[in-house]
Amino acid sequence: MPDLKTEEMVVQMGPQHPATHGVLRLEITTDGEIVKKIDPHIGYLHRCFEKHCEVLNYHQIIPFVDRCDYLAAMNNEHGYVMAVEKLLDIELPPRVEYIRVIMSELNRIASHLVALGTFGLDIGAITPFLFTFRDREKILDLFEMTSGARLLYNYIWIGGVAFDLPNGFVEKCFEFIDYFLPKLKEYDDLLSYNKIFIARTAKVAIIPPAVAIEWGITGPNLRASGVDWDLRRDEPYSIYDKFDWDVIVADGRVGVLGDSWSRYYVRVLEMEQSANIVKQALEGLPSDENVKSAVPRKVKTKEGSVFFRSENPRGELGFYIISDGSDIPHRLKMRSPAFCNLSAISDIGEGLLISDLVALLGSIDIVLGEIDR
Amino acid sequence: MLWDLGSVLMFMVTSLVIIGITLLIAKLFRRDNPTEEKLTSYECGEDPVGNPWVQFNIRFYVVALIFLIFEVEIVFLYPWATVFKEMGFFTFVEMMIFVGILLVGYAYVWVKGDLNWVLPKPKYTADFDYSNVPRFKKPDAEKARKLQAVE
Amino acid sequence: MLTDIAIIITKIMIVIGGTFTAVAYLILAERKVAGFVQERYGPNRVGIWGLLQPIADGVKTMLKEDITPAKANRIIYHLAPAMVLAPALVTFAVVPFGSGIDAFGRHIAFQIADINIGILFIFAITSIGVYGVVLGGWSSNNKYSLLGGVRSSAQMISYELALGLSVVGILLLTGSLRLNDIVEAQIGMWNVFRQPVAFMIFLVAVFAETNRLPFDLAESEQELIAGYHIEYSGFKYSMFMLGEYSNIITASALIVTLFFGGWTVPFIDVTKLGHLGAFLSVVSFAVKTGFFLFLYLWVRWTLPRFRYDQLMHLGWKILLPLALLNLLFTAAWITYV
Repeated sequence: MPDLKTEEMVVQMGPQHPATHGVLRLEITTDGEIVKKIDPHIGYLHRCFEKHCEVLNYHQIIPFVDRCDYLAAMNNEHGYVMAVEKLLDIELPPRVEYIRVIMSELNRIASHLVALGTFGLDIGAITPFLFTFRDREKILDLFEMTSGARLLYNYIWIGGVAFDLPNGFVEKCFEFIDYFLPKLKEYDDLLSYNKIFIARTAKVAIIPPAVAIEWGITGPNLRASGVDWDLRRDEPYSIYDKFDWDVIVADGRVGVLGDSWSRYYVRVLEMEQSANIVKQALEGLPSDENVKSAVPRKVKTKEGSVFFRSENPRGELGFYIISDGSDIPHRLKMRSPAFCNLSAISDIGEGLLISDLVALLGSIDIVLGEIDR
Repeated sequence: MLWDLGSVLMFMVTSLVIIGITLLIAKLFRRDNPTEEKLTSYECGEDPVGNPWVQFNIRFYVVALIFLIFEVEIVFLYPWATVFKEMGFFTFVEMMIFVGILLVGYAYVWVKGDLNWVLPKPKYTADFDYSNVPRFKKPDAEKARKLQAVE
Repeated sequence: MLTDIAIIITKIMIVIGGTFTAVAYLILAERKVAGFVQERYGPNRVGIWGLLQPIADGVKTMLKEDITPAKANRIIYHLAPAMVLAPALVTFAVVPFGSGIDAFGRHIAFQIADINIGILFIFAITSIGVYGVVLGGWSSNNKYSLLGGVRSSAQMISYELALGLSVVGILLLTGSLRLNDIVEAQIGMWNVFRQPVAFMIFLVAVFAETNRLPFDLAESEQELIAGYHIEYSGFKYSMFMLGEYSNIITASALIVTLFFGGWTVPFIDVTKLGHLGAFLSVVSFAVKTGFFLFLYLWVRWTLPRFRYDQLMHLGWKILLPLALLNLLFTAAWITYV
């Protein structure tokens, strides 16, 4: 009886809502449980990141970049630092590149672990969340060992890294990789192939590849729609072309391409690839060199502009820097992946059930710190 | 029997009294300081828009009606079940006819699709066109099937 | 007569006190089991192993401010928690929790009321609990709680048929609605071996009945925040919780009574052992119930949540036909074999 009288109701989902992963507000117009219209409101965490950058010198910006995407601070630093290095034309010692790749990939694993755990939490599976956090803790221990911090590192510097790897890091990191790879099977058993989980996520909130490209969705969400695109391979930066690894593209093995389950599972497989990269990087790590040899005492830029993009756990992180020749950027623009991914939900979420909207929101893995900046 | 029902009643009264007493004790001890902010409805920290008491389509009227019919059927089944052993074959046939009629109705409702939830229509569905999507990787159907078989 | 009344009142007090204690420690057990499953500790600050935690929780909720939203429908808002808690307690009245003893010149059954329509009574009373949830959700004047209430009714019409039908098989075998008759009929052979399909259906339906994960749609934390009890605070909130957990205890007791021989002990006839037998029967009942309580907690911390159209699909298209087939098969079996 779809032709019964029905009135629409405006429900505020967020900012204080368990499924919005921070302070996102979705103003949804619902017909009972069916979402008719989604109106995302952002800005609760706005900290004027880009304006701040116009008064800070290039070194000082690094901690602020950390705080944008606090779950993948290393990747953010890496992206930003490479943008500045492109502006400065700095030649890096190979050991620095290796250390950076190790850190970035470890942080990618840590970030994906949070994404998987919270996604399970959104679907109602509480235990996988604590299991993923248990493993993430081990990565944070490694970071604490190297940089002294557990969340916001300020570790990757322009032209180098803050500290060399501490004694015993390589062994501990190998230990972690050996511990971690079998754990992926545990996630599969616990969550990925759970019948209820599949029923809740497969064929739910589908993003077709063309739509994904139109909306500028990047990263695992794009690859979940079947588009074979990864900056680490297609626009190789740093030393990613030296390693042997695969770009994970969803194959619709459960459900269809572009559904919530694919977005979830691409991340699981990507963690495996990241672990492989870390392993290869540890094996090929060049012996002792001064990791700070290329760090410029004072940043002297040429006049001009530079755009650099890198692959963040959430997608393409781009930095556009206009320099007026001083040591302070004239303008810095950040292309934040989670913002672009989030912008698509008002289009994709139309006509879903509230439960499916939660599954969609969880599966695109947003970090509000980066969206609001 | 009457005695037992009486004790059930006594049980009900006792539990209600206990609930009442606890509520009363709680009322004596707890603080009570309502402010306007506290008394608004919780809607994720934003001011509620509109009234929640609107009429919306809950989409399971037909299922609810069928539910009632079947619930009544179960009420008939219970006394039948208790005397079944003594009455034997005749009651069996009788009840088969009774359940059979309902089963026909059930099958009719199922085939007609009234048991299906009136599902919403999302904007994007699985049958998308990927012919002119750049760098689109066609899933290897054979491989996917193999993986599915493994799971 | 006076002795009878005294005995009944004692029994009521024991059952209510026992239920409340059991609920309090079930909540602690839930947190401990959750801690065990998730490789963490669980409460361990209040008392040794956190054993005094339930008392602290109880005192805390009693002292919390009790807020009634300005726009709520006050009468129904205040009544709803009682409508959840009272039926949850009362259902235990007909569950036999032991074989009974001979004292004061009469046989004292370990059961508050031995009525001959025991199962019907339980189904009738537990259905009232749903009203508490729906009305609580509606009267709060909150959109989330309203959706929770609607979900709860959708859930109810999905599982209740399967719940009712799955028991008919047992009634066919036993020929009585009295729970004590059902228990005594299981001496030597538990119903779970005679009616395995019915047991599976009953187990799933009873999980839905108690609003527990994977069927906690009415309060689903990540979607509706807290669902029907979102506006409740203080002791009214804990009344919902008490109701939920007493329902779990009753449900486990019911599973044990209907399918796992209730208070009977395998290979021992406790009715002939006097007081020792009575004690053994209570222990046997408690152990079996404890196992199903653990199952409840275990499932909660393992499985994700269903969507409610999926629950409806499960109830109407899988459980109901299965229950009907089971019923027909059982009837045919009894007639022809």
